[in-house]
Amino acid sequence: MKRIVALTLNGRATEDAIAGNTLLIDYLRDTHGLTGAKKGCDGGECGACTVLVDGRPRLSCITLAASCEGTKVETIEGQAKAGRLSALQRAFHENLGTQCGFCTPGMILSATSLLRTNPDPDTDEIKTALGGNLCRCTGYVKIIQSVKAAAKAGENP
Amino acid sequence: MSEALPDFKLIRPTSLDEALNALTAQPNTRLCAGGTDLIVNMRRGLETPDVLVDLGAISDLKTITMDDKGLRIGAGVTLRDLAGHAGIAGAFSAITQAANAIAGPNHREVATLGGNLCLDTRCQYYNQSHWWRKSNDFCLKYRGDICHVAPNGNRCRAAFSGDLAPALIVFGAKVEIAGPDGVRSCDLADLYREDGADHLTLTKDEIVIAVQIPPTDAASAYDKIRVRGAVDFPLAGVAVACRTDASGARHFALAVTGTNSMPLRVDMPDPLGKDDDPDSYFKALEKLVQKAVSPQRTSTIAPHYRRLSASALSARLARALI
Repeated sequence: MKRIVALTLNGRATEDAIAGNTLLIDYLRDTHGLTGAKKGCDGGECGACTVLVDGRPRLSCITLAASCEGTKVETIEGQAKAGRLSALQRAFHENLGTQCGFCTPGMILSATSLLRTNPDPDTDEIKTALGGNLCRCTGYVKIIQSVKAAAKAGENP
Repeated sequence: MSEALPDFKLIRPTSLDEALNALTAQPNTRLCAGGTDLIVNMRRGLETPDVLVDLGAISDLKTITMDDKGLRIGAGVTLRDLAGHAGIAGAFSAITQAANAIAGPNHREVATLGGNLCLDTRCQYYNQSHWWRKSNDFCLKYRGDICHVAPNGNRCRAAFSGDLAPALIVFGAKVEIAGPDGVRSCDLADLYREDGADHLTLTKDEIVIAVQIPPTDAASAYDKIRVRGAVDFPLAGVAVACRTDASGARHFALAVTGTNSMPLRVDMPDPLGKDDDPDSYFKALEKLVQKAVSPQRTSTIAPHYRRLSASALSARLARALI
Protein backbone atom coordinates (compact mmCIF):
# COMPACT_ATOMS: atom_id res chain seq x y z
CA MET A 1 0.00 0.00 0.00
CA LYS A 2 1.42 3.35 -0.99
CA ARG A 3 1.19 6.55 0.98
CA ILE A 4 2.08 10.13 0.14
CA VAL A 5 5.27 11.12 1.90
CA ALA A 6 6.34 14.75 1.95
CA LEU A 7 9.88 15.66 2.87
CA THR A 8 12.58 18.16 2.02
CA LEU A 9 15.28 16.65 -0.16
CA ASN A 10 18.48 18.68 -0.51
CA GLY A 11 16.54 21.84 0.26
CA ARG A 12 13.63 21.21 -2.14
CA ALA A 13 10.17 20.12 -1.04
CA THR A 14 9.18 16.75 -2.52
CA GLU A 15 6.05 14.66 -2.34
CA ASP A 16 5.97 11.08 -3.56
CA ALA A 17 3.75 8.03 -3.29
CA ILE A 18 5.89 5.51 -1.44
CA ALA A 19 5.17 1.89 -0.48
CA GLY A 20 5.57 1.12 3.23
CA ASN A 21 8.42 -1.29 2.53
CA THR A 22 10.49 1.16 0.43
CA LEU A 23 13.92 1.76 1.90
CA LEU A 24 15.26 5.29 1.98
CA ILE A 25 18.23 4.33 -0.19
CA ASP A 26 15.98 2.89 -2.92
CA TYR A 27 13.77 5.97 -2.75
CA LEU A 28 16.80 8.25 -3.19
CA ARG A 29 18.50 6.23 -5.90
CA ASP A 30 15.52 4.97 -7.91
CA THR A 31 12.85 7.64 -7.47
CA HIS A 32 15.16 10.65 -7.48
CA GLY A 33 18.24 9.35 -9.28
CA LEU A 34 20.46 10.43 -6.40
CA THR A 35 23.00 7.65 -6.66
CA GLY A 36 25.58 9.24 -4.36
CA ALA A 37 24.44 7.14 -1.40
CA LYS A 38 25.95 3.71 -2.01
CA LYS A 39 24.78 0.20 -1.26
CA GLY A 40 27.85 -1.41 0.26
CA CYS A 41 27.07 -4.18 2.72
CA ASP A 42 23.34 -3.48 2.28
CA GLY A 43 22.75 -4.39 5.91
CA GLY A 44 23.77 -1.37 7.98
CA GLU A 45 27.31 -2.52 8.67
CA CYS A 46 29.50 -0.35 6.41
CA GLY A 47 28.07 3.19 6.41
CA ALA A 48 28.39 3.73 2.63
CA CYS A 49 24.66 4.52 2.47
CA THR A 50 24.86 7.27 5.12
CA VAL A 51 22.71 10.35 4.44
CA LEU A 52 21.61 13.12 6.77
CA VAL A 53 18.09 13.19 8.18
CA ASP A 54 17.38 16.43 10.05
CA GLY A 55 21.12 16.99 10.13
CA ARG A 56 21.98 13.66 11.76
CA PRO A 57 23.65 10.71 10.02
CA ARG A 58 21.29 7.87 9.08
CA LEU A 59 21.93 4.52 7.40
CA SER A 60 19.58 4.77 4.44
CA CYS A 61 19.73 1.02 3.63
CA ILE A 62 18.02 0.13 6.92
CA THR A 63 15.70 3.15 7.10
CA LEU A 64 12.13 3.07 5.80
CA ALA A 65 11.50 6.03 3.51
CA ALA A 66 8.04 6.51 5.00
CA SER A 67 9.57 7.04 8.45
CA CYS A 68 11.27 10.20 7.07
CA GLU A 69 7.94 11.98 6.59
CA GLY A 70 8.35 15.69 7.34
CA THR A 71 12.12 15.56 7.74
CA LYS A 72 14.96 17.28 5.92
CA VAL A 73 17.02 14.72 4.01
CA GLU A 74 20.45 15.66 2.66
CA THR A 75 22.57 13.56 0.33
CA ILE A 76 26.07 14.10 -1.05
CA GLU A 77 24.51 15.70 -4.16
CA GLY A 78 23.22 18.57 -2.00
CA GLN A 79 26.54 19.45 -0.41
CA ALA A 80 28.01 21.61 -3.19
CA LYS A 81 26.42 25.05 -3.24
CA ALA A 82 26.23 27.08 -6.47
CA GLY A 83 28.82 24.86 -8.13
CA ARG A 84 31.30 25.17 -5.25
CA LEU A 85 32.20 21.99 -3.37
CA SER A 86 31.68 22.00 0.39
CA ALA A 87 34.74 22.45 2.61
CA LEU A 88 34.73 18.72 3.38
CA GLN A 89 34.44 17.75 -0.26
CA ARG A 90 37.36 20.04 -1.13
CA ALA A 91 39.39 18.74 1.80
CA PHE A 92 38.83 15.09 0.77
CA HIS A 93 39.89 16.02 -2.78
CA GLU A 94 42.98 17.98 -1.78
CA ASN A 95 44.17 15.58 0.94
CA LEU A 96 43.58 12.39 -1.04
CA GLY A 97 40.86 11.34 1.41
CA THR A 98 39.23 9.51 -1.48
CA GLN A 99 40.71 6.39 -3.06
CA CYS A 100 38.15 4.24 -4.86
CA GLY A 101 35.46 6.67 -3.68
CA PHE A 102 32.79 4.18 -2.70
CA CYS A 103 32.78 5.06 0.99
CA THR A 104 33.34 8.79 0.39
CA PRO A 105 29.74 10.08 0.31
CA GLY A 106 29.02 8.32 3.61
CA MET A 107 32.30 9.50 5.14
CA ILE A 108 31.64 13.10 4.10
CA LEU A 109 28.08 13.12 5.42
CA SER A 110 29.04 11.55 8.76
CA ALA A 111 31.85 14.12 8.99
CA THR A 112 29.48 16.94 8.00
CA SER A 113 27.22 16.04 10.89
CA LEU A 114 30.23 15.94 13.21
CA LEU A 115 31.56 19.36 12.16
CA ARG A 116 28.13 20.94 12.55
CA THR A 117 28.06 20.00 16.24
CA ASN A 118 31.79 20.04 16.91
CA PRO A 119 33.64 22.45 14.57
CA ASP A 120 37.10 21.53 15.88
CA PRO A 121 37.20 17.79 16.66
CA ASP A 122 40.34 16.00 17.80
CA THR A 123 41.52 12.74 16.24
CA ASP A 124 39.63 10.55 18.73
CA GLU A 125 36.41 12.44 18.19
CA ILE A 126 36.75 12.04 14.42
CA LYS A 127 37.48 8.32 14.80
CA THR A 128 34.43 7.89 17.03
CA ALA A 129 32.13 9.80 14.69
CA LEU A 130 33.34 7.83 11.66
CA GLY A 131 33.41 4.52 13.57
CA GLY A 132 30.48 3.17 11.55
CA ASN A 133 31.92 4.10 8.14
CA LEU A 134 34.24 1.50 6.68
CA CYS A 135 36.85 2.15 3.96
CA ARG A 136 37.91 -1.06 2.18
CA CYS A 137 40.87 0.82 0.65
CA THR A 138 41.85 1.40 4.32
CA GLY A 139 42.60 5.06 3.65
CA TYR A 140 41.71 6.10 7.18
CA VAL A 141 44.77 8.26 7.86
CA LYS A 142 44.03 10.50 4.86
CA ILE A 143 40.34 10.56 5.71
CA ILE A 144 41.04 11.82 9.22
CA GLN A 145 43.51 14.38 7.81
CA SER A 146 40.83 15.52 5.37
CA VAL A 147 38.28 16.08 8.15
CA LYS A 148 40.88 18.03 10.12
CA ALA A 149 41.71 20.15 7.07
CA ALA A 150 38.02 20.92 6.55
CA ALA A 151 37.66 21.88 10.21
CA LYS A 152 40.65 24.19 9.83
CA ALA A 153 39.08 25.84 6.78
CA GLY A 154 36.38 26.93 9.20
CA GLU A 155 33.44 27.14 6.78
CA ASN A 156 30.01 26.16 8.02
CA PRO A 157 29.53 22.60 6.81
CA MET B 1 22.62 -9.73 0.99
CA SER B 2 20.55 -7.53 -1.29
CA GLU B 3 17.17 -9.07 -0.59
CA ALA B 4 14.20 -6.79 -0.96
CA LEU B 5 11.99 -6.17 2.01
CA PRO B 6 8.91 -8.38 1.99
CA ASP B 7 5.61 -6.62 1.50
CA PHE B 8 3.95 -5.35 4.67
CA LYS B 9 1.58 -2.69 5.83
CA LEU B 10 3.32 0.08 7.76
CA ILE B 11 1.51 1.80 10.63
CA ARG B 12 3.01 4.80 12.43
CA PRO B 13 0.94 5.43 15.57
CA THR B 14 1.49 8.63 17.54
CA SER B 15 0.20 7.32 20.87
CA LEU B 16 0.76 4.18 22.95
CA ASP B 17 -2.97 3.29 22.87
CA GLU B 18 -2.97 3.41 19.07
CA ALA B 19 0.11 1.19 19.02
CA LEU B 20 -1.46 -1.36 21.42
CA ASN B 21 -4.60 -1.47 19.31
CA ALA B 22 -2.63 -1.86 16.09
CA LEU B 23 -0.61 -4.67 17.65
CA THR B 24 -3.67 -6.81 18.28
CA ALA B 25 -5.82 -5.75 15.31
CA GLN B 26 -4.27 -8.27 12.92
CA PRO B 27 -2.26 -11.45 13.37
CA ASN B 28 1.41 -11.51 12.38
CA THR B 29 2.06 -7.93 13.46
CA ARG B 30 5.52 -6.87 14.61
CA LEU B 31 6.79 -3.85 16.49
CA CYS B 32 9.65 -1.83 15.08
CA ALA B 33 11.59 0.87 16.95
CA GLY B 34 14.83 2.07 15.31
CA GLY B 35 14.77 -0.93 12.98
CA THR B 36 18.56 -1.30 12.96
CA ASP B 37 18.27 -5.02 13.73
CA LEU B 38 14.72 -5.88 12.63
CA ILE B 39 14.97 -4.42 9.13
CA VAL B 40 18.21 -6.30 8.52
CA ASN B 41 16.53 -9.52 9.70
CA MET B 42 13.49 -8.81 7.52
CA ARG B 43 15.71 -8.40 4.48
CA ARG B 44 17.23 -11.79 5.26
CA GLY B 45 13.79 -13.34 5.40
CA LEU B 46 14.04 -14.03 9.13
CA GLU B 47 10.98 -11.94 9.91
CA THR B 48 7.99 -11.69 7.58
CA PRO B 49 5.34 -9.58 9.32
CA ASP B 50 2.13 -8.62 7.50
CA VAL B 51 1.91 -5.43 9.55
CA LEU B 52 4.78 -3.40 10.95
CA VAL B 53 3.99 -0.98 13.78
CA ASP B 54 6.67 1.72 13.77
CA LEU B 55 6.99 3.15 17.31
CA GLY B 56 9.21 6.05 16.17
CA ALA B 57 6.46 8.68 16.22
CA ILE B 58 5.33 8.14 19.84
CA SER B 59 6.93 11.03 21.71
CA ASP B 60 5.71 9.80 25.14
CA LEU B 61 8.20 6.95 24.96
CA LYS B 62 11.18 9.27 24.46
CA THR B 63 11.54 10.87 27.89
CA ILE B 64 14.21 10.48 30.56
CA THR B 65 13.38 11.57 34.12
CA MET B 66 15.85 11.55 36.96
CA ASP B 67 14.91 12.65 40.48
CA ASP B 68 15.17 11.49 44.10
CA LYS B 69 12.92 8.52 43.27
CA GLY B 70 15.44 7.28 40.76
CA LEU B 71 15.81 7.10 37.02
CA ARG B 72 13.13 6.34 34.43
CA ILE B 73 14.13 5.93 30.79
CA GLY B 74 11.45 5.67 28.08
CA ALA B 75 11.82 2.69 25.75
CA GLY B 76 11.88 5.02 22.73
CA VAL B 77 14.93 6.99 23.92
CA THR B 78 17.64 6.64 21.29
CA LEU B 79 21.01 5.23 22.26
CA ARG B 80 22.58 8.53 21.25
CA ASP B 81 20.39 10.49 23.65
CA LEU B 82 20.94 7.88 26.36
CA ALA B 83 24.72 7.98 25.91
CA GLY B 84 24.70 11.78 25.88
CA HIS B 85 22.68 12.26 29.10
CA ALA B 86 24.99 13.94 31.61
CA GLY B 87 23.00 12.89 34.69
CA ILE B 88 23.11 9.20 33.72
CA ALA B 89 26.82 9.42 32.89
CA GLY B 90 27.44 10.79 36.39
CA ALA B 91 25.39 8.34 38.44
CA PHE B 92 25.07 5.23 36.25
CA SER B 93 28.26 5.11 34.21
CA ALA B 94 27.73 1.47 33.16
CA ILE B 95 24.59 2.51 31.27
CA THR B 96 26.41 5.28 29.38
CA GLN B 97 29.32 2.99 28.58
CA ALA B 98 26.97 0.24 27.38
CA ALA B 99 24.94 2.65 25.22
CA ASN B 100 28.13 3.99 23.65
CA ALA B 101 29.40 0.46 22.96
CA ILE B 102 26.39 -0.54 20.86
CA ALA B 103 26.86 -0.80 17.09
CA GLY B 104 28.19 2.30 15.29
CA PRO B 105 27.37 6.00 15.82
CA ASN B 106 24.95 6.06 12.90
CA HIS B 107 22.96 3.15 14.34
CA ARG B 108 22.79 4.87 17.71
CA GLU B 109 21.03 7.84 16.13
CA VAL B 110 17.85 5.76 15.76
CA ALA B 111 18.33 2.55 17.75
CA THR B 112 16.44 2.66 21.04
CA LEU B 113 16.59 1.34 24.59
CA GLY B 114 13.47 -0.79 24.01
CA GLY B 115 14.90 -2.18 20.79
CA ASN B 116 18.16 -3.15 22.44
CA LEU B 117 16.34 -4.83 25.35
CA CYS B 118 14.13 -6.80 22.94
CA LEU B 119 16.97 -7.50 20.49
CA ASP B 120 16.67 -10.85 18.74
CA THR B 121 19.23 -13.47 19.76
CA ARG B 122 22.11 -14.06 17.36
CA CYS B 123 23.92 -17.07 15.95
CA GLN B 124 26.27 -17.76 13.05
CA TYR B 125 23.73 -20.30 11.75
CA TYR B 126 20.84 -17.83 11.97
CA ASN B 127 22.09 -14.37 10.93
CA GLN B 128 22.75 -15.45 7.35
CA SER B 129 21.03 -15.02 4.00
CA HIS B 130 18.04 -17.18 3.09
CA TRP B 131 19.98 -19.31 0.60
CA TRP B 132 22.74 -19.91 3.15
CA ARG B 133 20.31 -21.07 5.80
CA LYS B 134 18.29 -23.12 3.31
CA SER B 135 21.35 -24.96 2.05
CA ASN B 136 22.09 -25.80 5.69
CA ASP B 137 18.52 -27.15 6.22
CA PHE B 138 17.64 -24.14 8.36
CA CYS B 139 17.94 -24.41 12.17
CA LEU B 140 15.93 -24.82 15.34
CA LYS B 141 15.36 -21.09 15.69
CA TYR B 142 13.76 -20.77 12.28
CA ARG B 143 12.04 -23.42 10.15
CA GLY B 144 14.49 -26.22 10.94
CA ASP B 145 14.44 -28.95 13.55
CA ILE B 146 18.05 -29.14 14.60
CA CYS B 147 20.33 -26.75 16.43
CA HIS B 148 23.63 -26.80 14.52
CA VAL B 149 25.39 -25.39 17.55
CA ALA B 150 24.32 -28.20 19.88
CA PRO B 151 22.78 -30.91 17.67
CA ASN B 152 22.06 -33.21 20.62
CA GLY B 153 20.25 -30.55 22.61
CA ASN B 154 16.60 -29.71 22.40
CA ARG B 155 16.75 -25.95 22.55
CA CYS B 156 18.16 -23.08 20.53
CA ARG B 157 21.47 -21.74 21.81
CA ALA B 158 21.50 -18.38 19.96
CA ALA B 159 23.15 -15.73 22.11
CA PHE B 160 21.42 -12.70 23.56
CA SER B 161 23.58 -9.80 22.42
CA GLY B 162 22.04 -6.64 23.84
CA ASP B 163 24.56 -4.47 25.69
CA LEU B 164 22.14 -2.46 27.83
CA ALA B 165 20.37 -5.27 29.67
CA PRO B 166 23.31 -6.27 31.90
CA ALA B 167 24.16 -2.61 32.59
CA LEU B 168 20.58 -2.08 33.82
CA ILE B 169 20.24 -5.40 35.65
CA VAL B 170 23.20 -4.65 37.96
CA PHE B 171 21.21 -1.66 39.28
CA GLY B 172 18.13 -3.83 39.94
CA ALA B 173 16.19 -2.25 37.07
CA LYS B 174 12.50 -2.88 36.60
CA VAL B 175 10.82 -2.82 33.24
CA GLU B 176 7.40 -1.29 32.56
CA ILE B 177 5.31 -3.23 30.09
CA ALA B 178 2.05 -2.00 28.57
CA GLY B 179 -0.57 -4.49 27.44
CA PRO B 180 -4.30 -4.67 26.81
CA ASP B 181 -4.97 -4.88 30.58
CA GLY B 182 -2.83 -1.88 31.51
CA VAL B 183 0.76 -1.45 32.60
CA ARG B 184 2.66 -4.09 34.57
CA SER B 185 6.14 -3.97 35.99
CA CYS B 186 8.67 -6.75 36.54
CA ASP B 187 12.37 -7.18 37.20
CA LEU B 188 14.26 -6.62 33.97
CA ALA B 189 16.02 -9.96 34.52
CA ASP B 190 12.59 -11.65 34.36
CA LEU B 191 11.98 -10.26 30.87
CA TYR B 192 14.23 -13.06 29.60
CA ARG B 193 14.39 -16.84 29.55
CA GLU B 194 17.23 -19.19 28.55
CA ASP B 195 15.87 -20.19 25.14
CA GLY B 196 17.39 -18.61 22.04
CA ALA B 197 14.29 -19.24 19.94
CA ASP B 198 11.92 -17.66 22.47
CA HIS B 199 14.02 -15.57 24.82
CA LEU B 200 11.49 -12.87 25.78
CA THR B 201 8.75 -13.44 28.34
CA LEU B 202 6.67 -10.70 26.68
CA THR B 203 3.36 -11.77 25.21
CA LYS B 204 2.47 -10.86 21.61
CA ASP B 205 0.23 -7.97 22.66
CA GLU B 206 2.69 -6.24 25.01
CA ILE B 207 5.08 -3.33 24.51
CA VAL B 208 8.08 -2.45 26.69
CA ILE B 209 7.55 1.22 27.53
CA ALA B 210 10.21 2.16 30.09
CA VAL B 211 12.90 1.06 32.51
CA GLN B 212 13.04 2.22 36.13
CA ILE B 213 16.08 2.21 38.36
CA PRO B 214 16.08 3.06 42.09
CA PRO B 215 18.55 5.73 43.28
CA THR B 216 22.00 4.34 43.92
CA ASP B 217 25.44 5.42 45.06
CA ALA B 218 27.12 2.41 43.48
CA ALA B 219 30.07 2.87 41.15
CA SER B 220 29.70 0.92 37.92
CA ALA B 221 31.29 0.00 34.61
CA TYR B 222 30.50 -1.86 31.38
CA ASP B 223 32.83 -3.23 28.74
CA LYS B 224 32.65 -5.82 26.00
CA ILE B 225 34.88 -8.17 24.07
CA ARG B 226 34.53 -7.85 20.30
CA VAL B 227 36.65 -8.23 17.20
CA ARG B 228 36.50 -4.58 16.05
CA GLY B 229 36.30 -1.47 18.21
CA ALA B 230 33.00 -0.37 16.65
CA VAL B 231 29.82 -1.80 15.15
CA ASP B 232 30.30 -5.38 16.44
CA PHE B 233 27.93 -7.22 18.74
CA PRO B 234 29.51 -8.45 21.98
CA LEU B 235 31.29 -11.79 22.05
CA ALA B 236 30.91 -11.23 25.77
CA GLY B 237 29.86 -8.09 27.62
CA VAL B 238 30.14 -7.47 31.36
CA ALA B 239 28.51 -4.91 33.64
CA VAL B 240 29.62 -4.50 37.25
CA ALA B 241 28.28 -2.29 40.02
CA CYS B 242 30.01 -1.85 43.37
CA ARG B 243 28.40 -0.38 46.48
CA THR B 244 30.38 0.40 49.62
CA ASP B 245 28.47 -0.02 52.90
CA ALA B 246 29.01 1.83 56.21
CA SER B 247 31.61 -0.73 57.36
CA GLY B 248 33.65 -0.15 54.21
CA ALA B 249 32.76 -3.56 52.75
CA ARG B 250 32.18 -3.71 49.00
CA HIS B 251 29.08 -5.34 47.55
CA PHE B 252 29.35 -6.29 43.89
CA ALA B 253 26.60 -6.98 41.36
CA LEU B 254 27.59 -8.45 38.01
CA ALA B 255 25.75 -9.38 34.81
CA VAL B 256 27.00 -10.79 31.52
CA THR B 257 25.65 -10.63 27.97
CA GLY B 258 26.62 -12.39 24.75
CA THR B 259 27.38 -15.74 26.36
CA ASN B 260 23.91 -17.19 26.95
CA SER B 261 20.46 -16.88 25.41
CA MET B 262 19.60 -14.33 28.08
CA PRO B 263 21.51 -11.66 30.00
CA LEU B 264 22.91 -13.52 32.98
CA ARG B 265 23.08 -12.15 36.50
CA VAL B 266 25.98 -13.88 38.24
CA ASP B 267 25.70 -14.46 42.01
CA MET B 268 28.64 -12.79 43.68
CA PRO B 269 30.73 -14.04 46.60
CA ASP B 270 30.17 -12.44 50.04
CA PRO B 271 31.09 -8.75 50.16
CA LEU B 272 34.75 -7.80 50.02
CA GLY B 273 35.51 -6.68 53.58
CA LYS B 274 37.85 -3.80 54.36
CA ASP B 275 40.54 -6.16 55.62
CA ASP B 276 40.02 -8.96 53.09
CA ASP B 277 42.63 -9.81 50.50
CA PRO B 278 41.40 -8.36 47.17
CA ASP B 279 43.58 -10.71 45.10
CA SER B 280 41.95 -13.88 46.36
CA TYR B 281 38.54 -12.21 46.22
CA PHE B 282 38.85 -11.30 42.54
CA LYS B 283 40.31 -14.71 41.76
CA ALA B 284 37.18 -16.27 43.27
CA LEU B 285 34.99 -13.81 41.34
CA GLU B 286 36.73 -14.75 38.11
CA LYS B 287 36.14 -18.47 38.77
CA LEU B 288 32.46 -17.82 39.52
CA VAL B 289 31.92 -16.02 36.21
CA GLN B 290 33.84 -18.72 34.36
CA LYS B 291 31.50 -21.34 35.81
CA ALA B 292 28.30 -19.36 35.30
CA VAL B 293 28.56 -18.37 31.65
CA SER B 294 27.86 -20.78 28.85
CA PRO B 295 29.16 -19.49 25.49
CA GLN B 296 28.41 -21.80 22.57
CA ARG B 297 29.54 -22.03 18.95
CA THR B 298 27.19 -19.18 18.03
CA SER B 299 30.03 -17.07 16.60
CA THR B 300 33.24 -17.84 14.79
CA ILE B 301 35.22 -17.05 17.94
CA ALA B 302 35.89 -20.11 20.10
CA PRO B 303 33.53 -20.52 23.09
CA HIS B 304 36.42 -21.28 25.44
CA TYR B 305 38.08 -17.99 24.52
CA ARG B 306 34.83 -16.12 25.18
CA ARG B 307 34.42 -17.85 28.55
CA LEU B 308 37.94 -16.88 29.64
CA SER B 309 37.55 -13.34 28.25
CA ALA B 310 34.24 -12.81 30.05
CA SER B 311 35.70 -13.88 33.38
CA ALA B 312 38.95 -11.93 32.94
CA LEU B 313 36.99 -8.83 31.93
CA SER B 314 34.72 -9.26 34.97
CA ALA B 315 37.65 -9.35 37.38
CA ARG B 316 39.32 -6.40 35.63
CA LEU B 317 36.21 -4.21 35.77
CA ALA B 318 35.41 -5.16 39.39
CA ARG B 319 38.96 -4.48 40.51
CA ALA B 320 38.93 -1.05 38.89
CA LEU B 321 35.86 -0.08 40.94
CA ILE B 322 37.46 -0.47 44.39
